[in-house]
Amino acid sequence: MTERLARVVAPIVVGVAMLAAWEAFVNLRKIRPYLLPKPSAIWRQITLNAGDILDAAKVTGANALVGLVAGSVLGILAALLASRFRPVNELLIPLAAAVNAMPIIALAPIFNNMFSTTSTVPRRLIVTVVVFFPLFVNAVRGLTQVAPIHRELMDSYGASGWAFARKVRVPNALPFVFTGLRLAASLAVIAAVVAEYFGGVQKGLGTRITSAASNTAYPRAWAYVAASCALGLVFYLAATLLERLATPWRARRTG
Amino acid sequence: MTAAVELAGVDKVFAAGRAGEVRALEGIELTVAAGEFVTFIGPSGCGKSTLLRLVADLTEPTSGMLRVNGKTPRQARLDQDYGIAFQQAGLMDWRSVARNIELPLELRGWDRRRRRQRAAELLDLVGLPEFAGHRPGELSGGMQQRVAIARALAAGPRLLLMDEPFGALDEMTRERLQGELARICRETEATVAFVTHSIPEAVYLSDRVVVMSARPGRITRIVEVDLGERTEETREAPEFFAKVTEVREALRGREVRRRGRTAVPTAEEH
Repeated sequence: MTERLARVVAPIVVGVAMLAAWEAFVNLRKIRPYLLPKPSAIWRQITLNAGDILDAAKVTGANALVGLVAGSVLGILAALLASRFRPVNELLIPLAAAVNAMPIIALAPIFNNMFSTTSTVPRRLIVTVVVFFPLFVNAVRGLTQVAPIHRELMDSYGASGWAFARKVRVPNALPFVFTGLRLAASLAVIAAVVAEYFGGVQKGLGTRITSAASNTAYPRAWAYVAASCALGLVFYLAATLLERLATPWRARRTG
Repeated sequence: MTAAVELAGVDKVFAAGRAGEVRALEGIELTVAAGEFVTFIGPSGCGKSTLLRLVADLTEPTSGMLRVNGKTPRQARLDQDYGIAFQQAGLMDWRSVARNIELPLELRGWDRRRRRQRAAELLDLVGLPEFAGHRPGELSGGMQQRVAIARALAAGPRLLLMDEPFGALDEMTRERLQGELARICRETEATVAFVTHSIPEAVYLSDRVVVMSARPGRITRIVEVDLGERTEETREAPEFFAKVTEVREALRGREVRRRGRTAVPTAEEH
């Protein structure tokens, strides 16, 4: 119990100490706000713009969520296909690796031109592509790395391919899928924010950061950056919670 | 009554015709009667596990005839005629202990209530009645192995195939589980084919001990064991030690020489 308390308290203490050090550093060295604003100034901007920050976070959050769900569904479907049919597996894995090696965010301006300037589709599309890979790779791993003893047991019961998939393959893959989802949740927010840097609808945390920065309103830009961090954290924690609920046998073993 | 297992002229060659060819089994002739407890013992690589896997239809013979309950091994497997347990418990983490035992029953289409009831009976049988709702990860190795045995027994098979099920356990747990297995076999009257490395284990459990030699895997001797009902006293009995010695000498291929018989030389003497 005390260990658990320490796990929560320690990062908070360290975080507060770092903020205090930051504030003192900026004050003592008289650092210009465009280089590094004070945490107190950023906090003032957060409270002043609370309503707009929340609206912007909702827009970006919606883009990230839609992309995350779409990318996860596609990644898992592709993995099911790849694990079922060997030729598909051999075809998809290098293809997926190639897609992953590409800086997907570089597609943002191109996607923007494909759709009207008022569309949120290009941003969601980018998130979808970013999310696809970690889900696909992890799901394939989980679906194919079945313990040989489980395969033999199911064979000894004369189980059909369908029964094997339902009772062994899929539950075996779940922890892998959630590892992918945890990774993808943070990536989804990053992609959704950065995708807004390349024009398109003037809504969302990313566009607010660029517009504040171009107006030399640095503390305000930082306020939106802080909100982006918080949004990423929310996504990550939600994914972790979902993982605990869906794979209780692992949560209990690890702690 | 048909024999539980029949093997006639069974050979198994891995990677036949290629550089790494292994003659795992050669000329295996054996009939296991219904209700009999037969143990296979021999050095590593003598093909005893392969022999069990042939009976289970998890691998196919290169040549020879195999019958399980009078059927082809494939048919016997599809009919779920046997229950199987391995050295690893192989429980599924995502299922509770009871649901692990229920797995073979689910595949047989038993309804939920009957499954629950059967799992509870089996947990009683293996002495873990209070662990139905636990996760396998919360159990010790010995407890997991008992669950695996309960799972093998779930559908009430007439034939049990066991591949070193106690191999990974400490000596104390091992002896306790041997006692339990002997009792369970008496109660269920199942036929058992059992693979082990341990001579005392083989003697304690079996009606017959099949001694094998390696490369190629052959049956070198069959030792009949008649020690009556097994109890803890059995382990201390002089007849028990005599049988242990007999099996040990058969394994070393020494007995043949000592008696000066011109018997078929065993593989070790080549």
